[in-house]
Amino acid sequence: MSTETDAFSLTPDQAVTSESVRDDLLKVYPKKARRKREKQVLVNRKEADGDGVVSLPQVGANVRTIPGIISQRGCTYAGCKGVILGPTRDIVNITHGPIGCGFYSWLTRRNQTQAPTDEHDNFMTYAFSTDMQDENIIFGGEKKLRAAIQEAYDLFKPKAIAVFSTCPVGLIGDDVHQVAAEMKEKLGVNIFAFSCEGYKGVSQSAGHHIANNQIFKHVIGEDDTSRGKWSVNLMGEYNIGGDAFLIEDLLERCGIDLVATFSGNSTYDQFANSHMAELNCVMCHRSINYVADMIETKYGTPWIKVNFIGAKATAKSLRKIAEYFDDDELTQNVERVISEEYPAVFEAQKKHKPRCEGKRAMLFVGGSRAHHYQELFAELGMKTIAAGYEFAHRDDYEGRNVIPDIKVDADSRNIEELHVDPDPERYDHGRHNQALARASDGVAFKEYDGLMADMPDRALVIDDINHWESDLLIKKIKPDIFCAGIKEKYVVQKMGVPCKQLHSYDYGGPYAGFRGAINFYEEIDRMVNAKVWSMVTPPWEDA
Amino acid sequence: MTLLRHTPAEETARREALTVNPAKTCQPIGAMYAALGIHRCLPHSHGSQGCCAYHRSTLSRHYKEPAMAGTSSFTEGSSVFGGQSNLLAAIENIFTLYDPDVIAVHTTCLSETIGDDIPQIAEAAADKGLIPEGKRVIHCNTPSYVGAHTTGFSNMTKAMVDYFAEAKADEKAAGRVNLIPGWVEPADIAELKRLVALMGLDCITFPDTSGVLDAPLTGAHEMYPGGGTTVDELTAAGDSAHTIALGPICSGAAAKALQAKCNVPQTTLPLPIGLHATDRFVMKLREFNGGHVPAEIAAERGRLLDLITDMHQYFYGKTAALWGDPDQLVSLSELLMSVDMLPKYVVTGTPGKKFIKRMGEVLGDRAHDCRVEQGSCADMFMMHQWIKADPAKVDLLIGNTYGKYIARDEDIPFVRHGFPILDRIGHQHMPTVGYRGAIRLLEQILNAFLDRQDRDAPEASFELTM
Repeated sequence: MSTETDAFSLTPDQAVTSESVRDDLLKVYPKKARRKREKQVLVNRKEADGDGVVSLPQVGANVRTIPGIISQRGCTYAGCKGVILGPTRDIVNITHGPIGCGFYSWLTRRNQTQAPTDEHDNFMTYAFSTDMQDENIIFGGEKKLRAAIQEAYDLFKPKAIAVFSTCPVGLIGDDVHQVAAEMKEKLGVNIFAFSCEGYKGVSQSAGHHIANNQIFKHVIGEDDTSRGKWSVNLMGEYNIGGDAFLIEDLLERCGIDLVATFSGNSTYDQFANSHMAELNCVMCHRSINYVADMIETKYGTPWIKVNFIGAKATAKSLRKIAEYFDDDELTQNVERVISEEYPAVFEAQKKHKPRCEGKRAMLFVGGSRAHHYQELFAELGMKTIAAGYEFAHRDDYEGRNVIPDIKVDADSRNIEELHVDPDPERYDHGRHNQALARASDGVAFKEYDGLMADMPDRALVIDDINHWESDLLIKKIKPDIFCAGIKEKYVVQKMGVPCKQLHSYDYGGPYAGFRGAINFYEEIDRMVNAKVWSMVTPPWEDA
Repeated sequence: MTLLRHTPAEETARREALTVNPAKTCQPIGAMYAALGIHRCLPHSHGSQGCCAYHRSTLSRHYKEPAMAGTSSFTEGSSVFGGQSNLLAAIENIFTLYDPDVIAVHTTCLSETIGDDIPQIAEAAADKGLIPEGKRVIHCNTPSYVGAHTTGFSNMTKAMVDYFAEAKADEKAAGRVNLIPGWVEPADIAELKRLVALMGLDCITFPDTSGVLDAPLTGAHEMYPGGGTTVDELTAAGDSAHTIALGPICSGAAAKALQAKCNVPQTTLPLPIGLHATDRFVMKLREFNGGHVPAEIAAERGRLLDLITDMHQYFYGKTAALWGDPDQLVSLSELLMSVDMLPKYVVTGTPGKKFIKRMGEVLGDRAHDCRVEQGSCADMFMMHQWIKADPAKVDLLIGNTYGKYIARDEDIPFVRHGFPILDRIGHQHMPTVGYRGAIRLLEQILNAFLDRQDRDAPEASFELTM
């Protein structure tokens, strides 16, 4: 618990309290909007009961965005096509719909990929669309979709083609799954479709779930080639700015066999073989925990939560993997790699921490980044005073132990929940037993405590923050840095506060692993100490 | 390693269903951009929130500026029952929180497929008292499955006439013209306004994104920066002596609507990119100021000519491939022809009847040396195939940022022009219209050629002076 000296405060002069800021944020809303926002704008009161068990307030999350509120959120199509399937280089992803959706998701998410040679497929630089016209809306678009798949096949001969539905597709009733099945039969390559219309769910999060389901149904389990003894999948790492490259390097140097990454720098074949890995390591809990759960049920593969954002978190995650395999050789490898990497991290911290220490950060982004990046700010001695997710659920805030209590509303009920049974032949009891044994030694499986537990008592936690609220927060509190996305960036900077994009990394990075942490220290030092922020007031105006 | 490694040199069969690397995007983003050119206006996207997020992101990446807009945030329920309750809630929330003078609603493929009737919903909002005194809700229909982003821009520009323009006075205001600048950059609009002012004319310019999407950093975020056409100006446009619409695709419809509604005569001209198109613009303005052209404008024209003669050897005979919007492509092609270059390959995904004819006029007796494609499946993939199949390739690429992948693979100099430009700045600050704009464009083209020559020159012929 906080003591007098490190009491939480939003501003250095303690001019405003979290409670008063919350009141200010809420008071302007029309009644109905206010009732909704009250549940999503919280003061992180950590209350300990008599036994010292800390309870957190309940957050309203994964609920509808209020119309007219200028939200950060995108849509289900964006979550499915853009986030989850976007980074896989050798699938031809055809957007079925009018041209816009395919155009806007063309190369804009910065998931890097590295095909070994020119002979290897890489379709990420291409946008494929059926460019639906009014006659397709009136008479149906199935015929055009069929022809588009044929043309894509004729031109590119890919090993797989995926079809992504945009809003009108669901309304006019095109059966994209039937068309995909027909064309799969005809062409003899894997073809599957996603009903990821933009209006489904309440945010891009629904698109993640839909993507997970189809990849699980149509790709995972297609290739039973056996893997090394220390084989893992990395889940929920999208290789923004090359993050996955750094993690791949660390794992390789430890001797860990990375079967598949979902989905940074990934290929179709990696997904197809991913059920053969011994362990799943979940990075972004929000976007990918569905696949981890389904693989566990069907194939017996346990999953652990990892985080490669932050040097300390990276070391901890590598050790966690080693703990699971419980093999001296691997443990030694991991310790060797950590000791190879850490001197440079300490050097960088020595240089940058004094220039950043005590500064205050706000993070409003994503479904895990608003949590993970607090690690990096902490390593710089900076405080996260307010944070929240754009599209996460209650478990990402409060921890997975609230999952049984989460009310499934109409919007979530519309997203298919796959019923999965253990595979009669391929369920690996050995893995399951290994997990049980390791659990009894204290290894935590399927565990995620969420963002709020790691945030200071009385910090602000705001779900699905909107422009009105972030504008007021910055005016009242003037943080030293604000982290969000492209739509917010220039608004924040107009106010004289640097804004770090944590979706695109402002075209910088990588920030994962040890070297990534060093990059981030340098970047934040640059941003919070840039001379430009001191030049905002012209000399002819009184300070 | 190549970036577009799957693009074959030969077109085996003409695609009819699959668009690859489009040379257009969808209507709503054009409507959003146009609406940002109304003073104190919040554009509103009536559809799923992803549309709004995508449009705002693209505009922000292009301008490095806030692009503020609301969304009706449709859910599955709204898709079944219609978006009325979402739009009503949005109108109430927007006026309460963001206090614009105007909400400019555009539709999306979703709300169009459902068939939401926006004027009826706006009327319901007024009946419920959700629209404060003196505030307005306007709309245009922008089904994404018709036309292209330019169509949406045109539709929202026309909506400004439909909703606001009024013929109030007995006589039209002599010496005042309406200027509909089309889809150009804020800096272009500022430049056009400067030229009209130099010609001694009053001008109502709409939409006007100058002073909106080039806002200064002051330490405060202005939700509604100083720029944009005011509602009063839009109303008064009905009393101007004449309307000059630049670019038939983006501006023609609004000019015609204004003529029909308020009897303001109109002239639709090509975008004044390049010497000839700017000449035509100035000659048209001259009809309303007594025939006078100030020395300053004459000097600007002369400087442009000077540059062309000084550096003509570097332009002469060079070929280019262009992609983008028809209004831009026609004028850019004319500019290239005027310095004895040749547009060799031109594609646009934007449909529109007169484009091929207009290109023919600009190309004149070189028309047979230029391949032009338009509409469905006329995309950057196709253009790239042509370039790959051509042993001489082209000397220059002109188009939006997506051209950088072709530029690198084929090692061709590249000048960014059009929308979106995601990886360079300058386009929002430096005009390419008018004589001064042509100087900037030619400078960019020259730099691309000369940098290339410097890069590739053998030691013996590496030139100091060029």
